[in-house]
Amino acid sequence: MNALAARRRHPAAIVVLLLLGLLVTGGAYSFLAPKDANAAATTAAADDVAKGKDLFIANCATCHGVAAQGTKSGPSLVGVGAASVDFQVGTGRMPLAGPNVQAPVNKVKFDDEQISALAAYVASLGPGPSVPDEKYTTVIQPGTPENNKAIAEGGQIFRVNCAMCHNFAGAGGALTRGKYAPALDNTTPKHIYEAMVTGPQSMPVFNDMNLTPESKQKVISYLKAQESQANVGGLTLGNLGPVSEGLFAWVFALGILIGCAVWLGKKAA
Amino acid sequence: MSTINETRPADALRAGDSQADERAAAAKPLGGIAGWMDDRLGGAKGVSFLAKKVFPDHWSFMLGEIAMYSMIVCLLTGAFLTFWFVPSASQVVYDGSYVPLQGVTMSDAYRSTLAISFDIRGGLLIRQIHHWAALIFVVAVFVHMARVFFTGAFRKPREINWVFGTVLSLLACIEGFAGYSLPDDLLSGTGIRAMNGFMQSAPVIGSYMSYFIFGGAFPGEAIIPRLYSAHVLLIPAILVGLFTAHILLVFLHKHTQFPGPGRTNKNVVGYPLMPVYIAKAGGFFFIVFGVIALISAVVTINPIWAYGPYDPSPITAGSQPDWYMGFADGALRLLPGFLEFVSWGNFTWSMNIFPGSLVLLPLMWTIIGVYPFVEAWVTGDKREHHLLDRPRNAPTRTAIGIAGISMYVVLFLAAGNDLMAIKLHLSINDITQTLRVLFFVAPPVAFWITKRICLSLQRADRQKVLHGRETGTIWRYADGRFEEIHAPLTPDERWALVQHESQEPLQLTAGKDANGVDSPIARKERLRAKFSHFYFRDRVAPATPSELEAAHHEHGDHGGVADGGHEAIEPAGAGAERETIKADKQLD
Repeated sequence: MNALAARRRHPAAIVVLLLLGLLVTGGAYSFLAPKDANAAATTAAADDVAKGKDLFIANCATCHGVAAQGTKSGPSLVGVGAASVDFQVGTGRMPLAGPNVQAPVNKVKFDDEQISALAAYVASLGPGPSVPDEKYTTVIQPGTPENNKAIAEGGQIFRVNCAMCHNFAGAGGALTRGKYAPALDNTTPKHIYEAMVTGPQSMPVFNDMNLTPESKQKVISYLKAQESQANVGGLTLGNLGPVSEGLFAWVFALGILIGCAVWLGKKAA
Repeated sequence: MSTINETRPADALRAGDSQADERAAAAKPLGGIAGWMDDRLGGAKGVSFLAKKVFPDHWSFMLGEIAMYSMIVCLLTGAFLTFWFVPSASQVVYDGSYVPLQGVTMSDAYRSTLAISFDIRGGLLIRQIHHWAALIFVVAVFVHMARVFFTGAFRKPREINWVFGTVLSLLACIEGFAGYSLPDDLLSGTGIRAMNGFMQSAPVIGSYMSYFIFGGAFPGEAIIPRLYSAHVLLIPAILVGLFTAHILLVFLHKHTQFPGPGRTNKNVVGYPLMPVYIAKAGGFFFIVFGVIALISAVVTINPIWAYGPYDPSPITAGSQPDWYMGFADGALRLLPGFLEFVSWGNFTWSMNIFPGSLVLLPLMWTIIGVYPFVEAWVTGDKREHHLLDRPRNAPTRTAIGIAGISMYVVLFLAAGNDLMAIKLHLSINDITQTLRVLFFVAPPVAFWITKRICLSLQRADRQKVLHGRETGTIWRYADGRFEEIHAPLTPDERWALVQHESQEPLQLTAGKDANGVDSPIARKERLRAKFSHFYFRDRVAPATPSELEAAHHEHGDHGGVADGGHEAIEPAGAGAERETIKADKQLD
């Protein structure tokens, strides 16, 4: 205790104390934070639609209504199509974890079979966009001149139609009142395509009339090509533009340079 | 053998006229190359003057050096970039090595920037060094400016140099903006679009100004070559010229120094330029260059290839200018849209844009530039100041500075409102509203808090002088008393805490003369007295020698004299018999 008391005015004491505090808080949080319970219920049914209906009643009907007709807390799903279900459930956005301005990406609660059963059920309620053909969700690989051209075209389509919300690098952006356009880097080609066709949340619908399936494929290919480019400049700082660069200049560059100045200033002549 | 005729009769006439020769003979001749140079250029005197020039040592005096060196780095790397950059808006088809843009039509400026980034050896590194150095340059300029402001280094005789510095900081921002706009990528084009909007917001002349600068309608083909001329020729020339004057004035005025033993208003305590500062400053250049190069080698800046070429129709989320223009962007984001109105038929007043751009920028730099003159007028101080103030000893000035910075920071944060919203999961509307309120609330609160902190620090200094440094050691006496042991200060330590003068508010002399006639300057003086009151109303006088003597006298006498003037570890009890516990026993 004496040794501690003697050092309590040591310059490093406050740093040690802060670190200790952070460590204890973080440790306690990781112990106490709620763990995800695996809620995926498995019900067996011969028919996809029937199975999907059961899943729907068990997991979705609370908000969307028993006949998917919609309630105060959830929209009607008649006519949204299989693509919508595949996107919302396949990215873990649905079932919604809690009321929020926007459904965030979450842990996927169902397996592929269950998702396609749910999709089949919702598709049976009314005509809507279906899960896209694999032909259009295959990423065009760079290499040949025509492939490179297609990727570059996808980039132009992306900048004109998508970058204003999703940012030039697909890093995401803010919308009004806490809503946002999410980052696209961890999204599968199929889900990007489905989002374009169904227009989830605040996103507009890009149907086949204004953006052909081939163009959608090019956009997806551009995003994936950009992702697979080596970061030639080094760390990307989140691809967030000048804000993160300015922050870096003020915190790290200035910090290091002032550190050097202090060191040099202390050096005896 | 020589062709010189040694015995000319005319020399005899000048026989007694030899003072100049004697002086020349008395001066120590320089040998070797230095002597050869001096015989021809006569630089020895100047060089010897410079070499003996003394500079004081403090890390904060190197902030300006960081700015100077990063500017030099910008000049060097900028020259490299001009070898390949093509300042042209003419359209070409890209066929370079960056796959996601192959076959895209773009301006030659953008194509050549992509070539620098991907196809020219070392090009990307140099480009990143240039851009990082530019950001660090402006950061260092502003931090240097803050150092000069808070230590009162702008006082007489350095007001003109402060104005030079103010203009330099403005030029640095404009230079940076011009450079940021050159590559013609999506982000820089958006910046030029914003600049176009700024100009158009000027009432009456706005659209004319825009057409004049863009050589027609936006975007046109003229703006990139024009910005290029400004960026590589016009502004750097002014910048370097003004910077040279800035440095020359530092030599002329001599460097300021922090107060300390042996340091007076009439001397400079430090080391000579040769050899100490040649080594230190020269070494620091390489440190700065090295740090910038290291950062540029590992951290991307302005990935223009990812932004794509500029085209007036697209825009990207997270479009911001580089940080030094951020406050103006933030002002635009905070200005409510309803300020725009139409009058006289269909004449639009863009008051949602105009105050945040064409008014804000000149206004901010004017306020910065005139501050030394305002303070000089308020204090009426006509003396020269070569000793710096510790910021706490000028509470009102420090508080004004912090209030101004808080206002700036609010605007600065507003420029990143979208990124704050997405990264902190907040609503962009709430952030904007909060910042609107903070723009008005934060400065007075910051002013008050800063001033109080300064005054408390001054009081703490006073306590420290009178009673010594708290050691944290508690001493228990046989009778149960506790006392904290205070260690005495050395005279050197004490000097730094008592040397400053504490200004008092101006006392108004009678506004009427003996005959009851109003003094002609009474009105002006009343105003000045009001300002002076604002500046110096709250003051903590530094401890005087007699106060120190009195404090020491008490220390020697622990006979139980109750005294309320000293800090007690616990308040004295209600019983009068209880002795007040003094916390000022010295360790001796």
